[in-house]
Amino acid sequence: MTRLADQMKRGLDAPICLTWELTYACNLDCVHCLSSSGRRDPRELSTDEALRVIDELRAMQVFYVNIGGGEPMLRRDFFTIIDYATTSGVGVKFSTNGTYIDDAAARRLAAMDYLDVQISIDGADADTNDLVRGRGSWATARRAMDALAAADFGEFKISVVVTRENVTQLDDLLAIADAYGAQLRITRLRPAGRGADTWHRLHPTDAQQRDLYHWLLAHGDRVLTGDSFFHLNALGDPLPGLNLCGAGRVVCLIDPIGDVYACPFVIHDEFRAGNVRDPGGFAAVWRTSDLFAELREPESAGACASCGAYDACQGGCMAAKFFTGLPLDGPDPECVSGHGADALAAAGVAPRPDQDHSRERALAAAAAVPVTLGRR
Amino acid sequence: MTVHTPTTTALALHPNVAVRPEPFGALAYHYDTRRLVFLRHPALVDVVHALADHDDVAATFDALAVEDRLRGPFERAIANLIDAGIVVERATHEDHRS
Repeated sequence: MTRLADQMKRGLDAPICLTWELTYACNLDCVHCLSSSGRRDPRELSTDEALRVIDELRAMQVFYVNIGGGEPMLRRDFFTIIDYATTSGVGVKFSTNGTYIDDAAARRLAAMDYLDVQISIDGADADTNDLVRGRGSWATARRAMDALAAADFGEFKISVVVTRENVTQLDDLLAIADAYGAQLRITRLRPAGRGADTWHRLHPTDAQQRDLYHWLLAHGDRVLTGDSFFHLNALGDPLPGLNLCGAGRVVCLIDPIGDVYACPFVIHDEFRAGNVRDPGGFAAVWRTSDLFAELREPESAGACASCGAYDACQGGCMAAKFFTGLPLDGPDPECVSGHGADALAAAGVAPRPDQDHSRERALAAAAAVPVTLGRR
Repeated sequence: MTVHTPTTTALALHPNVAVRPEPFGALAYHYDTRRLVFLRHPALVDVVHALADHDDVAATFDALAVEDRLRGPFERAIANLIDAGIVVERATHEDHRS
């Protein structure tokens, strides 16, 4: 453990990597959506409240913000918000499914400074992608990429969540990115949001995790990972990037209604630190919340204390443990030394994601309301 | 870009770099390259800010009375900042006058 990592664990004056989900509204219904998005929450921050958040981020010198959702471009003030941020010195990287990037939007995006665009796909072909992201979503994403390329946007990013189905397509995904002059970003599948229900069948197998680790050793300098695969470091030489859980230390999430969570993968009341609408705003939440103070304390290795790989893997991902019912001071469910499988077998009932903005489920739930039949 | 003798070159922070104070020193972020770099000593942060006011690194060290034992590590840190494009060569005062 380096001194720098120790310092980062004690927390920074402001986050390095802040995710801000602008809306829970989404036109897609991806089976692994971390935020169970679909329907807009009526309590969503107003335009004015969103701009005040940006003022705060500028004052705290948050250099850039990762904007997502939901589908952030569904907000009618989307361009107002990102224009305000980028001209305030808060760079923007936003994630989108690409539906609303037509030629005109692509030209508008290409004309902006300090803006990165990340198009999500979850497979190297329509069949693999659409199983996760919905029918037609592959073609939609490719149209958006074509529009960005035609508008000379420059190096946009292609973002992939690694699953059991697409982990064998990493070379093909890299080739797609190369063909556009784009940069590939791959991140870890988490059992959060709707992913809580699909993780068990979609997360990579043990053998696939080993293949992924070796692929990252060979190609890691060419792909972004959000440092999300540090649990694989127990396999040998460390992967590039920060080898620690940044939740509440260097990372946090602002959700569409202003709630601040420790990271984008733990939208659950247990990891809610406050709200940007509270007195003192976001800065007070970041600097003084009890939850974040606790996360910045040295953590116990718990059941991992006797494992020689703990320094390498740091016990893995807090969110992955939480939503699979594992103790936070024990092995990751995808522990590459095999301790995760045993722990899962012994795990209690996993906490359920406590929010659901899904459109389909809302309809299903409404349809399931018992109807009393009788003579009238 | 590699500068072999940063101690004898007039330097400054790149204009599109922001420096944020942190308990351990500072974070420097380059808006053009999106690179984030750690300045891991509070005195190094002062040096980096002061580079633009002095002829070279050595003069900056002298002006800020940087301890001798820190000068070697700081020179190496500044060389890394030059490689990252965070610190760049600047036109000297003489150049401006000519």
